[in-house]
Amino acid sequence: MPEISLTVNGEQITKSVEGRTLLVEFIRETLKLTGTHIGCDTSQCGACTVHLNGQAVKSCTMLAAQADGAEITTIEGLAPEGQLNPMQQAFNDHHGLQCGFCTPGMVMRAMTLVKDNPAPTEAEVRHGLEGNICRCTGYQNIVAAVLDGAKALRG
Amino acid sequence: MEDFTYTRPASLADAIAVHGDADDAMYMAGGQTLIPVLKQGLAMPTDVVDLGAVWELDGIAVSGGFVTIGAMTRHAVVAASKDVRAAIPALTVLAGGIGDAQVRNRGTIGGSLANNDPSADYPSAVMGLGATIVTDRRELTAEDYFDGMFATNLEPGEIIKAVKFPVPEKAGYAKFPNPASRYALVGVFVAKTAPGSGGGVRVAVTGAGQDGVFRAAEIEDALNNNFSADALAGVTVPADGLMTDMHADAAYRANLIGVMAKRAVKQANGQG
Repeated sequence: MPEISLTVNGEQITKSVEGRTLLVEFIRETLKLTGTHIGCDTSQCGACTVHLNGQAVKSCTMLAAQADGAEITTIEGLAPEGQLNPMQQAFNDHHGLQCGFCTPGMVMRAMTLVKDNPAPTEAEVRHGLEGNICRCTGYQNIVAAVLDGAKALRG
Repeated sequence: MEDFTYTRPASLADAIAVHGDADDAMYMAGGQTLIPVLKQGLAMPTDVVDLGAVWELDGIAVSGGFVTIGAMTRHAVVAASKDVRAAIPALTVLAGGIGDAQVRNRGTIGGSLANNDPSADYPSAVMGLGATIVTDRRELTAEDYFDGMFATNLEPGEIIKAVKFPVPEKAGYAKFPNPASRYALVGVFVAKTAPGSGGGVRVAVTGAGQDGVFRAAEIEDALNNNFSADALAGVTVPADGLMTDMHADAAYRANLIGVMAKRAVKQANGQG
């Protein structure tokens, strides 16, 4: 079994994994970081989105072994325990969720969207969230939250 | 998913050696198709050889009238490349419309072409621009490379190293994406090639053909006379040989080819 060393939410981790272990399985089952969700498991829904070296990726469509040497950030790594980062706060303020299942992936993708484009238009937010599916909200409040979160992160 | 031996060689020579020594190995590029295929048990290799660390396969070079893109270059990198945008803006449009942002951060041009999904975007650019596929063994023209749905003329173990696109006089790409998968329901790549490479118009269609990407002769003829969207008024493409599935029938796809071709020509002519 390959041994991998990576950084997850700032913590250095070395573990053995099977070749077939998905990154999302490693995150949820080995590291017990269950904020990252498995929705469709077919690379469509985006609930499993995490940051790989600062870029949003679908952790259900990546092997844990491929993350050897990488820096991973999950939803748990965005703010210290008990606190919310500005994007999470914006989702809270705008009620950018209903059941909440897609929310971690939405927030993680939104963070990279506003890093690349700090002042997105509404159309750019909608286009940028194409890889994240929500089955409850109709997206209205999610888009409002991302626009407001972007503003807060601009300072 | 069945387990397999995972390796991540750091050079092309090592990758070829590891692949050759294994019982039943598969190369993995960005994994955006291969990992779903492995999950479904549609492929059960003994070994997966990850090309992610093979430095020879990464990078973009623009020189001598060609844009050369290394096989492991991610879609997001092509989409954001100022050099590619300056030389062949239609390629950045195409790369920026593949899948979604997360998929574009992992998916690669070499992986897309090796898989040759009949609805993938890149095959249309390769066929439309008359690109050359450079492998570890030889160079293949677009016409020689593609061999039907999910099939290519790559030999067992052969690796795509890079794709060499001749810079055209102008080009455009338009697609009607499946709203769920973002794959092309129909995508049309239109190029007015540079005088040095023939000077003719090439029009390649993806998402529609039962045998994968193909050139649309009716549209090429019309555009060779007059490279404008108006020249396509009344031009029709036969529905014979086009796909019918739950998303669209062959006649609908045939009509979409004309619509997307007009949009692609307008984009090539700088009219949006």
